[in-house]
Amino acid sequence: MNASVQFLPVLPEIVVALMACAVLVVDLFLDDDRRQISYLMCIATFIVTLVLLIKSVGGEPQVIFNGAIVIDDLSAIIKIGVVLSALLLFVYGRQYNLDRNLFKGEWFVLVMLGVVGMMVLASANHLVTLYMGLELLSLCLYAMIAMRRDSSVAAEAAMKYFVLGALASGILLYGMSLIYGLTGSLEFRAIAESIQQMDSNALPLTLGLIFIVVGLAFKLGAVPFHMWVPDVYDGAPISATIFIGTAPKLAAFAMMARLLVSGFGDLHDDWGDMLLVIAILSVAVGNIVAIAQTNIKRMLAYSTISHMGFFLFGILAGTEQGYGASLFYVLIYTTMSLGAFGVLLVLSTKGFEAENLDDLAGLNATHPGLALLMMLMMFSMAGVPPTVGFYAKLSVIQALLSVNHITVAVIAVLLAVVGAFYYLRVIKIMYFDSPPESRDLIPQRMAVGLLSVNALSVIGIMPFAGYLIDLCQRAVTTLP
Amino acid sequence: MIPLSNYLILGAILFAISVVGIFLNRKNLVVILMSIELLLLAANMNFVAFSHYLGDAAGQVFVFFILTVAAAESAIGLAILIIVFRNRMSINVEDLDELKG
Repeated sequence: MNASVQFLPVLPEIVVALMACAVLVVDLFLDDDRRQISYLMCIATFIVTLVLLIKSVGGEPQVIFNGAIVIDDLSAIIKIGVVLSALLLFVYGRQYNLDRNLFKGEWFVLVMLGVVGMMVLASANHLVTLYMGLELLSLCLYAMIAMRRDSSVAAEAAMKYFVLGALASGILLYGMSLIYGLTGSLEFRAIAESIQQMDSNALPLTLGLIFIVVGLAFKLGAVPFHMWVPDVYDGAPISATIFIGTAPKLAAFAMMARLLVSGFGDLHDDWGDMLLVIAILSVAVGNIVAIAQTNIKRMLAYSTISHMGFFLFGILAGTEQGYGASLFYVLIYTTMSLGAFGVLLVLSTKGFEAENLDDLAGLNATHPGLALLMMLMMFSMAGVPPTVGFYAKLSVIQALLSVNHITVAVIAVLLAVVGAFYYLRVIKIMYFDSPPESRDLIPQRMAVGLLSVNALSVIGIMPFAGYLIDLCQRAVTTLP
Repeated sequence: MIPLSNYLILGAILFAISVVGIFLNRKNLVVILMSIELLLLAANMNFVAFSHYLGDAAGQVFVFFILTVAAAESAIGLAILIIVFRNRMSINVEDLDELKG
């Protein structure tokens, strides 16, 4: 451990945090007509951060700030995903936010600070850093949902998310305090070392672990701690839903992987079983309840729950192959989710929210391009080849099979088939139902252009899928 | 000297009170916010007790962080509470039923 404090490795975080403060101040002096300036400042910040992050891939793993922060390929990949999705949802949500009076400096600052929170979370190697990153992210999300102040559903969603999120943090903290008392340390590696010297069947240790797993499952929205997910997705403005549904899942992967694998690697038998129950329930409840939804945001919320189950399968396998598959899955999931919510954002106009399945009826007749993009997303989420969603599911199932969880793998595949029903229903509605009388959209060239690249990438990255999964596998080798 | 177990029992009691407060309370959102504060204090109690008995200051430093976050958290909670009240003129938990859960 280096005695001198190094700031260079955390330069991306520093850039985003400082620019968030700068935007906050600059925005005070701008009237509504010139709000573009702060918008462009955010976009520029994200692009600069992306360049810094991409340059850092492949460097030596290093632990800095006395073990509080770890910088390795895993954190770099997660951060690139987070910043890229923040950049995309900024562009997708621009017109939507303008129409709803949400195109404000406060909104930009909340997104940027949320991104800082996720970046800290991706690098956390210490319980304090993990908690601070998590809270920075959560507090921004609560505020973003409540930003539409005149909407009573948004207020209700924010309140529910706030109460359950705070409860989850409390449970997580209580678990952390028990672990701290037993191991006398807050740093993941040191915790792992002292667990090695203990009797791993010690009851207090398992108790602490249960609290931590429950807290994480709450934050992730996995069954049986999922009740907030559909309400929050439904009540929040779509431009906030897209933020909740994409980047935080990437950060959650880093959080779970580092805490459970690096910190509690020796207790894999215990948390593996807990995650197994949670994952199977998530895939089952998510896929089955989604069928009954008529609101597309709620349907995508249940679909998120089932995807979270899939990504837990990779982690609970407990092998490097599993962690790599899981990372790959969550990256692909983020791409698909960005695309699907992006289409909804583009379809929503002033005074009209595209949130019911019927709102997509006959989309192919009025906007064939958007219908095609949505269809690609749905095929990919259902796991239909040749989309990359198929490959992501396949690699998770392979990881499960390699540790002899054959029954679980069969259940997962069957439930994925059940899930295909409601994804295909969306396609049926778009292509075969008759369209409403009028559907006039404001042309949004930038958003639709990026959305097309985003959506087409689920097919476009297929030739490079092997390379990507190799990258994921290499990134997780620093975990155990 | 007070044994460690007494502090842990106190922490566990505080934790239980706050969780029960969140789930059984059907009347008032402010009580839920109070329960959340209590939940964080239960964890703080554990951290301080362990930190003292382990002779390790890190736990107490963590408590400072938690206290700061708790302050920010209740600020946001109260802000959301005001929005809820302005929209429905009620802070009754049972009135939060527009979304189906």
